Amino acid sequence: MSEDGGKLSRRKLLGAAAVVPAAVGINSLLQRGEGASALAQGQGAAADGKAPHMGHESFAHATFAPGRSVDHRANGFNPSQLLRDFDYGKTRRLASGRVLREWEIVAHDKEIEVAPGVKYEAWTYNGRVPGPTLRAREGEKLRIRFVNGSSHPHTMHFHGIHPALMDGMPGIGERQGGGQIEPGEAFSYEFEAEPFGLHLYHCHVAPLAAHIARGLYGAFIVDPKKGRPEADEMVMVMNGFDTNFDLANEVYAVNTVGFHYINEPIRVARDELVRIYLVNVLEYDPLNSFHVHANFFQHYPTGTSLAPAEFTDTIVQGQGQRSILEMKFPFDGDYMFHAHVSEFAELGWTGFFRVGNPSLLTPAAAAAAYCKLPWGGGKPA
Amino acid sequence: MEAGTQAEQLRGGRLPAWALGLIPLALIAVAIGAFALLGGPGLGERTGPPVEEVTVERTVLRPGEIELTLRNDGPDPVEVAQVAVNDAFAPFATSEGREISRLGSATLRIEYPWIEGEAYEIFILTSTGGTIDAAIDVAAETPEADLSFYGLMALLGIYVGVIPVSLGMLWLPFVRRIGERWIGALIAFTVGLLAFLGIDAGLEGLEIAGEAPGAFGGAELVFAGGIAAYLALAGVDAYLARRREAAGGGTAAGGLYLALLVAIGIGLHNLGEGLAIGSAYATGALALGAFLVVGFAIHNTTEGLAIVAPLREGEDGPSARPGLRRLAALGLIAGAPAVLGAWIGAAAFNPSLAALLFGVGVGAIARVVVQIAPAMRDDEGRYLHPLSVAGILIGILALYLTGLLVSV
Repeated sequence: MSEDGGKLSRRKLLGAAAVVPAAVGINSLLQRGEGASALAQGQGAAADGKAPHMGHESFAHATFAPGRSVDHRANGFNPSQLLRDFDYGKTRRLASGRVLREWEIVAHDKEIEVAPGVKYEAWTYNGRVPGPTLRAREGEKLRIRFVNGSSHPHTMHFHGIHPALMDGMPGIGERQGGGQIEPGEAFSYEFEAEPFGLHLYHCHVAPLAAHIARGLYGAFIVDPKKGRPEADEMVMVMNGFDTNFDLANEVYAVNTVGFHYINEPIRVARDELVRIYLVNVLEYDPLNSFHVHANFFQHYPTGTSLAPAEFTDTIVQGQGQRSILEMKFPFDGDYMFHAHVSEFAELGWTGFFRVGNPSLLTPAAAAAAYCKLPWGGGKPA
Repeated sequence: MEAGTQAEQLRGGRLPAWALGLIPLALIAVAIGAFALLGGPGLGERTGPPVEEVTVERTVLRPGEIELTLRNDGPDPVEVAQVAVNDAFAPFATSEGREISRLGSATLRIEYPWIEGEAYEIFILTSTGGTIDAAIDVAAETPEADLSFYGLMALLGIYVGVIPVSLGMLWLPFVRRIGERWIGALIAFTVGLLAFLGIDAGLEGLEIAGEAPGAFGGAELVFAGGIAAYLALAGVDAYLARRREAAGGGTAAGGLYLALLVAIGIGLHNLGEGLAIGSAYATGALALGAFLVVGFAIHNTTEGLAIVAPLREGEDGPSARPGLRRLAALGLIAGAPAVLGAWIGAAAFNPSLAALLFGVGVGAIARVVVQIAPAMRDDEGRYLHPLSVAGILIGILALYLTGLLVSV
C-alpha cells in the first residue's frame, strides 16, 4: 500500500525507527531497546514482561501518547463489549399472534472520555455512545418508549418505513405528544419493523448536526424473517468528535473511543464467518470509509438484499449510510482495519482483528509469523 | 481628649512617613487575604467552561522529534491530553506532568518522523477537548546549541554587524574633508537612516509581540522597552552634561559623544537584528547564503557612515579627533550586539523578550535622533532645509533599498 511505502521511505530518510505500539503494544514496545528513543523509554514496564529484540524495522502507525488509557468504567461502556452487544428488548405475543418488541430509551447528558485524557460533554441514549443497537425481526410490532432526561429537547428519529407521527421529527405530532420531546417528557414510538436491513436512529432536533455529533445515534437492525446465516456478528458505528466545537472532528473512531481496537484487538476465529453491521454517523465530514487488510468481504449495501452487491476490501459511506459486510479470515494473525480516509485513520479510526491464537502455530511458523507481528509479540490469551 | 488623639493620628502626627506609606499596603494585603479566604464573597461560582489560552513559545526539531515549549497564558490551568501532527495522533512526553499551571510552561517532546522542507500543523488536544494550534512553516533540524554553533552565530554577527559598520566608518576622512554645509546633510542622512531603523524595529517588535503570550503583555513590552530606553539614555545624557559642566566645560556635546550615542542606538538596533537572524536560523526559516550576508553587509555599511558623521562637528575639542582605538570601540559598540543578539535568538528565543529588546532599540534610536538632530540645522537654525530634507530622504531610501537584499 502506498501509505506503508511512504512510511518506509520516511524511516529511511530519518534513519530513526519510529515506534508505535499495537495490541499489548505501547508498553512492550517502549521496552524495545533499539528504535525506541530515550523519550519513549522509562514509560513503564511491558505488559507481558517481554522485551523482544527484532532484527527488522518496527511497524509504525499513528497512536495516542503512551502511559494512559480511557477509563471505560467511568464512561459506563467499553467498545469491546459494545461491539457484540445487541439489544433485543422485551417481547410478548399479541392476541393477533404478532410479536410486540419493546424498549425504553432514556436520553441524558454525560461526560465521556473519547481519547485518553480528553473529556467530551456528550448527549447519550441510555448513557452510551453509540446508543444501544436495537435489533428486531422483520414484521414485528415495535414500541420504543423514549424518555428525555437530558437538559435539551431531543427525539428519536428512526430510519425505516413508518407514519409521520412516529418519525421523531420536531414540528410533526406535538399535539399528539410526539414531535420534539422536551426535557422531562416522554413519548412512545410505535411502528413495524420494515424493511429488513441495517438502519439507524438518531435525534432530529435542530441544530441537527450538533444533536447528532453530540452522540445521539445508534444502529437499528431489522433481521430478515428467515434470518441470516450463523456468524460472529458485530456492530461498528463509525463516529467522530468535534471536541472544540469548530465544526471539524478532532477524534475519529468506530464505537467512540479512538484507537480502542488497536489496544484491544477484536478476536475472531479463523475460517469463521464474521458479519459486521457498519453504520456511518460521522458529522462534519461528508464521507467515511472502511478497509480491511489482507482480506476481502461481501458487501450488502443497507443490508436490504440477501445477495451481496460486491466483493471488495474497501467501501465508502456518506453520512447516514450503512452496510453489512461478511468475511472469513483464512490466516491467523493481526489484520488492521481502518478508514481509508487516511486522515481519519490516523486520528483514531484504526483497529485490529486478531485471528486465531499465535501460540498454537508450529514453532517454525510461529517464529516466522512472530517477526511480522506489528506489536512484536503479544501475549496469547 | 480621645477625639483629639484620633484627629492627630489621622493627620499622622505621631507616625513616621514610612509607616504612613506602609499602612495602606498592609490594609490592602489584609483585604485581599480575607477576600481570598472567604472565596470571593458575593461572586458565586464562575460561569462557563475554563478558559484555555496557551502560546507556543519555542519549537525545536530533532530527527524524529518535535519539541514544543508551551506557556499557559490564560487564567486557568490547562491539561495537555493528546497531540496530533498533520492530522495524525503522535506519542509524546512532557517535561513535568501534563498540567500547565497559570503562567507556567511545559515542554512537549513529540515523536514524529518529520521530513525536512515540509510544513507541519500541530494541534494539541487538552483535557476539555480544546485545541492549541502550532505550525512549522518549513521543517529543518534545529541546530544544537554547542560551541561550534555559538561560533557560527558569532561569525554571523561579525559578518553582518561588526565588519560592515567598521567598513562604513572608513568614510571618516571623507567626512573630515567635505565642507561645513555638507555636514548638515550628512547628519540629516543619519537621521533619515535612524528613523527608518526605528520604524523597522518597531514594526518587527510589534509583529513578534503578536506571537508572545498576552499575559506578559505583547505590544506593551515594545512600548515599555522604547520608553525605558529613551528615558535611560536621556538620563545618562543629563548626568554626563552635569559632569562636563562641573568639570568646567561647556554643556554642548562633543562630536565624539554624539558619535557614541549614534553607535549605541545602532548597536541596540543590531541587537534586535541579530536576534531576528539567530532565531530565523535556528528555526530553519533562514537559509544562510553568501547573498544574504553580502546584503546585510551593504545594509549595515550605511550605519558606519552614520556613526562617523558627527565627528566633523565640534572639531574644536580634542575628542573630535579620536584615535584608532576609540574608533574601533565605536564600531564594536554598534556592531557587536549583533553577535549577542544572534546568540540569544538562536539559543533561547522568547517572543516576550524579543519584543522588549526591539522596543529598547526603538527608544534608543529615538533618543539618538533627538540628540543629533540639532547638528543638521543650517545657518538660520532651521531643521528642515533643502539639503537636510534631501539627506533624510536619501538616508531612508538607502536603507529601504539595501533592506530589499535582506528581508528575513
